[in-house]
Amino acid sequence: MNFSRRETLGLGLGAMALTVLPMGASAATVDELIAEFTGGADMADTGVTLTAPEIAENGNTVPISVEAEGASEIMVLATGNPTPPVGTFKFGPLAGSRSASTRIRLATTQEVVAIAKLEDGTFARTSAEIKVTIGGCGG
Amino acid sequence: MAEGVTPRVKVPKKAEAGEVITIKTLISHPMESGQRKDSDGNVIPQSIINRFTCEFNGENVIDIKMEPAMSTNPYFEFDAKVPEAGDFKFTWYDDDGSIYEEVKSVAVG
Repeated sequence: MNFSRRETLGLGLGAMALTVLPMGASAATVDELIAEFTGGADMADTGVTLTAPEIAENGNTVPISVEAEGASEIMVLATGNPTPPVGTFKFGPLAGSRSASTRIRLATTQEVVAIAKLEDGTFARTSAEIKVTIGGCGG
Repeated sequence: MAEGVTPRVKVPKKAEAGEVITIKTLISHPMESGQRKDSDGNVIPQSIINRFTCEFNGENVIDIKMEPAMSTNPYFEFDAKVPEAGDFKFTWYDDDGSIYEEVKSVAVG
């Protein structure tokens, strides 16, 4: 097979698009999910705490806890998972504190994002980088 | 209904009125994420618990929406205020429509 210069360039671009697209697509969904949750509002950098291990040996059960003073809802997203949403915690009138702990699955080393919706209608965001030694999504 | 689903909840038996107590819940459930494949290469369909709620005497404490990224045997720890004696009601909602419930009473005094 003989490739002209133009064809070779095209192939190269196509290959690049293929490798870049899946990541781009997943990032877009994270942004979309955040926009859906906040309605496009600005997010403060303080006001929500995400406690997670720096290194998780087993991606199948990574213990995390979220806390935000005066939050009505906290959403957690795993940006590197095939499906980024992890869960949304809604606090009712009898919640003793605005915090909760759980265990989540992480496919690879990635950034986990927590966004809190505060009672005054504002939003706060935080994130944590978690290193995963063994992936948790059956890959 | 998924096999062998047993909820386990840890709640103090007694509390002072107005006290904040910590509740731990665990339910055994495979939480099939829909990402795994069986030995023949077929995708195992998603089967998870998608929602968990906790109520005290009918008033909401916490309402958690769950996605496939929650681990097998989902575990939660959270705090609840106990204004009077009564019952905590825990409810898990499965994708297949099953509902698992557990009730724990708390005495005040």
